[in-house]
Amino acid sequence: MRAMVYRGPYKIRVEEKDIPRIEHPNDAIVRVTLGAICGSDLHLYHGMMPDTRVGTTFGHEFIGVVDQVGPSVRNLVPGDRVMVPFNIYCGSCYFCARGLFSNCHNVNANATAVGAIYGYSHTSGGYDGGQSEYVRVPFADIGPTIIPDWMDDEDAVLLTDAVATGYFGAQLGDIVEGDTVVVLGAGPVGLFAAKSSWLMGAGRVIVIDHLEYRLEKARSFAHAETYNFAEYDDIVVQLKKITDHLGADVAIDAVGAEADGNLLQHVTSAKLKLQGGSPVALNWAIDSVRKGGTISVLGAYGPMFSAVKFGDAMNKGLTLRMNQAPVKRQWPRLFEHIQNGYLKPNDVVTHRIPLEHIAEGYHIFSAKLDGCIKPLILTAAA
Amino acid sequence: MPYTADKPSRAESSEQLRARIPGWGADLDPRMRPSVPKERFDPGLNGAHWEFPDRQPETRPRERSIEHAFLTPVFGTSAPPKGLSGVIRRYAYRRFSEGRAAHWLLLLGADRVDAVESHLASFVTLRPDNPITETGVVAEPSHHPVASRVGQKRADLAHLPLDPVLVVGPWLLAGGLVLAGVRAVVRAVRR
Repeated sequence: MRAMVYRGPYKIRVEEKDIPRIEHPNDAIVRVTLGAICGSDLHLYHGMMPDTRVGTTFGHEFIGVVDQVGPSVRNLVPGDRVMVPFNIYCGSCYFCARGLFSNCHNVNANATAVGAIYGYSHTSGGYDGGQSEYVRVPFADIGPTIIPDWMDDEDAVLLTDAVATGYFGAQLGDIVEGDTVVVLGAGPVGLFAAKSSWLMGAGRVIVIDHLEYRLEKARSFAHAETYNFAEYDDIVVQLKKITDHLGADVAIDAVGAEADGNLLQHVTSAKLKLQGGSPVALNWAIDSVRKGGTISVLGAYGPMFSAVKFGDAMNKGLTLRMNQAPVKRQWPRLFEHIQNGYLKPNDVVTHRIPLEHIAEGYHIFSAKLDGCIKPLILTAAA
Repeated sequence: MPYTADKPSRAESSEQLRARIPGWGADLDPRMRPSVPKERFDPGLNGAHWEFPDRQPETRPRERSIEHAFLTPVFGTSAPPKGLSGVIRRYAYRRFSEGRAAHWLLLLGADRVDAVESHLASFVTLRPDNPITETGVVAEPSHHPVASRVGQKRADLAHLPLDPVLVVGPWLLAGGLVLAGVRAVVRAVRR
């Protein structure tokens, strides 16, 4: 089969690999029909996530058709069209039994501090991902769901992470009617978090980024008020000014490890790998939210330490909430929102790239060329 | 203003927002939010028909975090440790918990060693690494490289020059070292 393969920082190529095989009785092998590159894939691509091995196939956003199933699989049969959450989880451990699917304890031998994620380094379990023609899907009875007939394929693939994560992040904000919500980052997750904040009853949604084309999308897609932080000497002061010097009620970090806005923070993390991530957006969230406010962290950070302003967070009495999204828990309600016309996920898709050209796709996305917001990956097996 | 007790007045009422924004307030009631409360105990919810999963066969020694009591019943089998980087990775897992910076720094170091080992190994295959095609920079000419950057207030432009240094730098350094080595050998032979 053809698969994207990591060759070292900033370098990937497409190679011929063996089709994955059933390794556990509840495995399925899925023929991938549509995938995507996530902003967090760029952290791997840039060599930021420890234990990212040459030869690994990335990709945790994909849908496909069941090709084979293991002997204990009851819910799927070959030929089923499925959407697969980015979380790999057993459904039965302490955490899964409480709905914390992204924190499953039975699937990641390499770490207890994170669950397992398709194609997201050995730190996240050492599973190959879906930027390929076939992928092994563990616990086929738990994660994958048959795609409803009415659902568009592009909407389905975006539900496997970006939409669910943004929606989850707005919930972590504990938004009450009329709240002012600041979303840091206008990538796909930030856009969906902003859109979801309105569903929760926000009174005002403000989106911050430095890419003008993404801020334009935030205005048109997410009905948000926007500010380009590169146009201000100090975006925190600007946020205070526009919130009557009180600060926002809720701030959502939808940027994560490679945040720009502070050269020292960015270079020491994204370039020199001396921090788990550049916490610029998180620090802005801490400083711009009001005392007693809530911060929701959706941005992905590495497992190493980062220079976060915990003193300010403590002194302001903030509530910090965060997690990888338990994706499947979000789906029933998100399906309703899509059917009601409240969400149209594929409005954020800007590029559709054949698997054979995935190296160019990563570069376009990483360098923010051509107005890129969300690139999808088209496999030949589709 | 925060200097008095009242919350700032809102620019738009809930009724105005409901009229302007599709779905506004659909999840206003926390009971409509699927992740509220955070933990909801329901072991039968997920479709698991086991109390503890069957164990995936361990066909080769599998490195694991020492914070786990045992090898997890299911694990990934992509890219097993190999070469010097594999030795470093196994040591990081065997010796240090996830709570130790040494664990992660060794793994990051192993990643860099792995890249060097793999690049060198590729030169004795029919498909050596090609930094031009593998970095995807061939997409530049056809994807508005100037308009995407010039005239934009992009904060990332400040460190843009570092990217080629990080990508090409190690190749130039390695090439320089190889060249210096070859020269030294030639000089030694001529003597």
